[in-house]
Amino acid sequence: MLLEAIRLALRSIFRNKLRSFLTILGVVIGVAAVIAMVTVGQGSSAQVSASVESLGSDVLVIRPGQRGFGPPSGGTPVRRFNLRDADALAELTRLRAVAPQATSSETVVYGNANTSTSITGTNEAWAEISGWTFASGRNLTANEARSGAAVCVIGQTVREKLFGAADPVGQQIRVKAIACQVVGLLEEKGAGSFGQDQDDIVVMPIRLVQRRLNGNDDVSTIQAAVADNVPTEAAIAQIEDLMRERRKIGFGQEDDFSVTDMKELASMLNSVNSVLSGMLSSVAAVSLLVGGIGIMNIMLVSVTERTREIGIRLAIGATGRQVLTQFLVEAVVLSLMGGVIGILVGLALAWGAGVFMAIPFTPSAPVIALAFCFSAVVGVVFGYFPARRAAQMDPIEALRHQ
Amino acid sequence: MVDATPPLIEFRKVSRIYGTGEAEVRALDGVDLQICRGEFVAIMGPSGSGKSTAMNIIGCLDRPSAGDYLFEGTPVQDLSPDALALLRRHYLGFVFQGFNLLPRSSAQENVELPMIYKGLPAAERIARARSALAKVGLDGREHHQPSQLSGGQQQRVAIARALAGDPMVILADEPTGNLDSHRSHEILLLLQELNRKDGITIVMVTHEPDIAAYAKRLVIFTDGKIVKDEPVTAAATETAAEAV
Repeated sequence: MLLEAIRLALRSIFRNKLRSFLTILGVVIGVAAVIAMVTVGQGSSAQVSASVESLGSDVLVIRPGQRGFGPPSGGTPVRRFNLRDADALAELTRLRAVAPQATSSETVVYGNANTSTSITGTNEAWAEISGWTFASGRNLTANEARSGAAVCVIGQTVREKLFGAADPVGQQIRVKAIACQVVGLLEEKGAGSFGQDQDDIVVMPIRLVQRRLNGNDDVSTIQAAVADNVPTEAAIAQIEDLMRERRKIGFGQEDDFSVTDMKELASMLNSVNSVLSGMLSSVAAVSLLVGGIGIMNIMLVSVTERTREIGIRLAIGATGRQVLTQFLVEAVVLSLMGGVIGILVGLALAWGAGVFMAIPFTPSAPVIALAFCFSAVVGVVFGYFPARRAAQMDPIEALRHQ
Repeated sequence: MVDATPPLIEFRKVSRIYGTGEAEVRALDGVDLQICRGEFVAIMGPSGSGKSTAMNIIGCLDRPSAGDYLFEGTPVQDLSPDALALLRRHYLGFVFQGFNLLPRSSAQENVELPMIYKGLPAAERIARARSALAKVGLDGREHHQPSQLSGGQQQRVAIARALAGDPMVILADEPTGNLDSHRSHEILLLLQELNRKDGITIVMVTHEPDIAAYAKRLVIFTDGKIVKDEPVTAAATETAAEAV
C-alpha cells in the first residue's frame, strides 16, 4: 500500500513538473543554504585547528607595535626588533626555543623556471617551533644561521614550480644576487588560517636575508615556544617584563609590542566562525519554514483540484486513512526531493567555496542525514493539514464537485 | 417475505432530512423497501423525489437521519465512515452517470483501483482487471486513457471497475444519462447479462421509462415516498412515463 502510494505520488509530481519544481524550490534553497553554511563552517574550523596544530600549540608570536588591527597611531614609527632582542629572549627560563624572523618577497630562479615567493629568514629553532618536518634533506644548522651561509630550505609549492617532481636537495637556486644551495625540502602543510598557501615558502638563515635581501638588521617577528610545564600566561609575563626593560618603557606607559598566544587566536577565530555560520544557518532555517508553507499551499490547491478524484476513491472503498496516506506521502516525497536536491546543491556550493577560499571540503554525514530527516519532517508537518482535509471529505459532495 | 435469509437491502422507515426548522427538507420520508439477491431494480421518479438520496444511502455514501438500513440483515446506519468504506469496498460497485474514471490513468489502472484498496497483489490485480475488461468487451484497450475512449467505452470501463471489486450489488446512477440510445442499449444488455449470468443484484436510477424497461422490478418515488413498486411490464413503464 505504501509502495503504491509512493508510485502514485511520483506520478502526480512528475505530471506537473514545473509546479512541483517551484513548490520544492523553497526547501531546496533552505537545505542547500544550511548544508553549504555548515560544511564551509566546519571546513574552516578544521583548517584553523589544523594550522594551530601545525604551528605547535604552545607558540607565542611577538610583534613590534601595539596590539590591534588598526593603523599605527600617528607620529611614533614602530620600533623594530633586532637579533639581540631574540638572543635575550632565548635566555629566558620559561621559553624552550626562540626563532626570530625577517621576511621578504622575491623571485626565485632555477634554470629556466622562476617563481615569486615569500622568503623567511630565521634560525634552526624555527622548524621545531612551527611544526615543520622534512620530506628530504635537513634543517638549517645553528652555524649556518649564525653566519648567514648561502643555504636554504624550500616548501613543496616552490619545489613543484622550480623542479617539478625532481629532488631539489643539493641544487643551486638563485634569489636576487645570491646563489643558494637547497639543503632541505619541507613536508606539505596545506592552506593556513587565512587561506594562504603555507608551502609557498623559502627559508634561509636570518643574517643572509637581513644583509643581502633587506639590507638592514630588522627582525619583523619573533616566535617563541613555551617551556614544558610552564603556563602560557607566565611565559607571556616574563617576555613582557624583558621587552619593556629592553625597550625602556616607563611605568604606566603602554607596551609598544604585542605577544599573541596562537591558541587564543585560534579559539577566537573559531568562535567568530561558529557565530557566523550559526546566524546564516538560522536564516536558512527560516527559508526552510517558508519552503514548508509553500508545500502546504500547493498541496491544498492539489487537494481542491482533485476533489472529484478523492470522491471516486472514497466511493470505491478507500478509507479516510488511505486517502490521508496518499496525500501525506505525496507531500513527504515532494519535500524529500527538495531535501536531496538541496543537499547536492549545498555540497556543490561548499565545494566551490572551498576551492575559491582554499578551505578543505569536509562534508559531514550526520549533518546531511539531519538535513534529509528535517526535510521529511517538513513534508509531514506541512502535508498533514491538506491531507487531513482530503481524508475528511464527504464522498457525495466530492463526487458532485466539478 | 417467507424466506429465512434476510433481504440483501432493507429500509425500515428510513428518513433523510436536510436542514432544520423551516428550511427542513424531507428527501426521504419513512421509506420501507426490500431488495433481495439477484434482483434488477429500476428506481424512477421526478427530480427531487428522493431517488438519488435513496441510492446514496443504499450505496453507504450517506446515512439515514431516522429509521434503519440493514445490509444482509446487519444495521449499518451507525457504522463509522471507515466501516462504510469497507462495506463499499467489499460488497458494492458503483456506476455513475458521468463515468467518474480517473482522467490520467489507463483503463487498466482504473479497473485495478478497487483491488489496490483491497490489497490484492499486483499480478492478481492485473489478471483480474484484464478479465473484467474482456467481459465488458474492451480487450485490447487496456492502455487507453479515458479521453481516448468513447462515452460508451468509458462506461464499460466503469462497469469493469465495479465488477473488479467482485461486488454483490452494482449501483448504477443514471448509467446511460450521457449516452445515445444505441450505446444505452448495449450498456443495459451488459447489465442484464451480469444480473442473469453472474447473479449480481443491480439497482439502477433512471428517469427514462425505456431504460427502466430492461429491469425486472420498478420502484417509483415521489416526494420522498414510494408510490409504486411492481414487476416490470409494458403497461407499468407506460404509466411510469406518465407519472414522470
